[in-house]
Amino acid sequence: MSILSYDFMQRALIAAVLVGLAAPTVGVFLVQRRLALMGDGIGHVALTGVALGFLLGIAPLITAVLAAAAGAVTIELIRARGRTGGDVALALLFYGGIAGGVLLIGLSPGGTNATLLSYLFGSLTSVSGGDLVVIALLAGAVLVLLAGFGRELFAVCHDEEYARASGLRVRVLTLLLAAAAAVTVTVAMRVVGLLLVSALMVVPVATAQQLTRSFRSTLVASLALGVAVSVAGVVVAFQADVASGASIVVLALGVFALAVLARFVLRHRRPRDAFAAEDGSPASFEALTAGDEP
Amino acid sequence: MPVSASVIDLECGEVVLDGRRILRGVDLRVDTSETVALLGPNGSGKSTLVRAVVGLHKLSGGSLMLFGVPAGRFRDWQRIGYVPQRVTAASGVPATVREVVASGRLSRMRRFRPASHADKTAVARAIDSVGLAHRARDSVAELSGGQQQRVLIARALAGEPDLLVLDEPLAGVDLARQEAFAGILGGLAESGTTVLLVAHELGPLEPLVDRAVTLRAGRVVAIGAPPPVTGEHARPDHDHVHPHEDPHREEPIIAPSPWAGSP
Repeated sequence: MSILSYDFMQRALIAAVLVGLAAPTVGVFLVQRRLALMGDGIGHVALTGVALGFLLGIAPLITAVLAAAAGAVTIELIRARGRTGGDVALALLFYGGIAGGVLLIGLSPGGTNATLLSYLFGSLTSVSGGDLVVIALLAGAVLVLLAGFGRELFAVCHDEEYARASGLRVRVLTLLLAAAAAVTVTVAMRVVGLLLVSALMVVPVATAQQLTRSFRSTLVASLALGVAVSVAGVVVAFQADVASGASIVVLALGVFALAVLARFVLRHRRPRDAFAAEDGSPASFEALTAGDEP
Repeated sequence: MPVSASVIDLECGEVVLDGRRILRGVDLRVDTSETVALLGPNGSGKSTLVRAVVGLHKLSGGSLMLFGVPAGRFRDWQRIGYVPQRVTAASGVPATVREVVASGRLSRMRRFRPASHADKTAVARAIDSVGLAHRARDSVAELSGGQQQRVLIARALAGEPDLLVLDEPLAGVDLARQEAFAGILGGLAESGTTVLLVAHELGPLEPLVDRAVTLRAGRVVAIGAPPPVTGEHARPDHDHVHPHEDPHREEPIIAPSPWAGSP
């Protein structure tokens, strides 16, 4: 294991495991709420935060967390106020985030667009020891938070109106999820990059649900997938000398394609007539192979 | 609590949505163990009224008491089981029948603790009472429309509510399943659950209903015994088929509810 002899690779691999756990945990709730693109929006806004850090001489990780949280809360409030104009408002936030980032980095001393590139697509060598501590603390906080509020978040993301009628504090819970998403975006920024972080939230979940029937198994499978593609992607990035975000996401998409194929094969291997047996058995073939479409 | 205590007491209720007055001075009182139906044409304000009762719409006028407590200070939401009008019980991620039903038990569960034996029993009983025990581990997205609606009813029952509020539980449900649903509701009513339900027409629920309140254009126009079933829907062979039903997976009539006779 020669790659483990490099300190920066050790840090990158630990960060990859943390990101691989945190991103799908947040992602499963975002996908359940049909807000799969929220991570993208937050990532764009976080870029402005990174550039602001360079401009003000503060650690970009700190300013990125703040900008991402502000962006996430804004997205959530826009969404909660109603459907009309919500997607346009989101689009404006996307563009504003990127433009603001490029503008501010241009204004900061010695800053160039190349500085932003490692934040956009991830970079192995960039995870410092200090970064790793912050990443571990933030990822741990996200995981504990979501474990504690998991049942409530499931109810809110499954049926927001019902959750409100059962007395849950829906506004607080959705803001909590938005904040967790913002923190996760920042945590994943160094490994996957701001433009690709959302893929690590969404693709493992989309992959898992090709073959699962329950929320719990979808969550567990997407955590396993998230860690596996993150670690494998970091190794590939080292060997091939490419941006880690790109290798992680390409791997994740490859596994997704395999899962779609597996589901297709499972569904078509068994004759449809088998479903006609009216024995009412719990594990019917239909249950095993039927679609997940809503 | 005395038997005659009011569970819902709405006086002069007004609701304004998007600048339109949907409810105009509605009085509605539902007493313990009563089964009350809200009738009326589309747009008469039935759904808005039940949504106001469960706290989804704010009253712009009038007063609402729930279990004798002003709605603004009411916190015992686990006493109310709400069944919204939905086409599907599925969301963006697969979830089993059991997982969805268990989300109706949240207010009785503790954070960071696994579900207690009482929680698991209540969820299993709720699933059993709507006749879906053999599908508890299946994804709700695989169920037919009628079965998904029963999942939502089970979700409301899982919290063992004292008041059940159902918004159009019969919409899109054919006659056989309407009768099965009447069986469930009858069992609940017998065990003392108070029921408020919205319906277009009562059909097989008619014998269960103590009182029918008819709305028209946001006002109560009639209170009294439920009106007799008339018109096309009264014919015994009337088949209320709905496009999103998937009849080939439906099982026969549900067994008598295990909720019946429970203390």
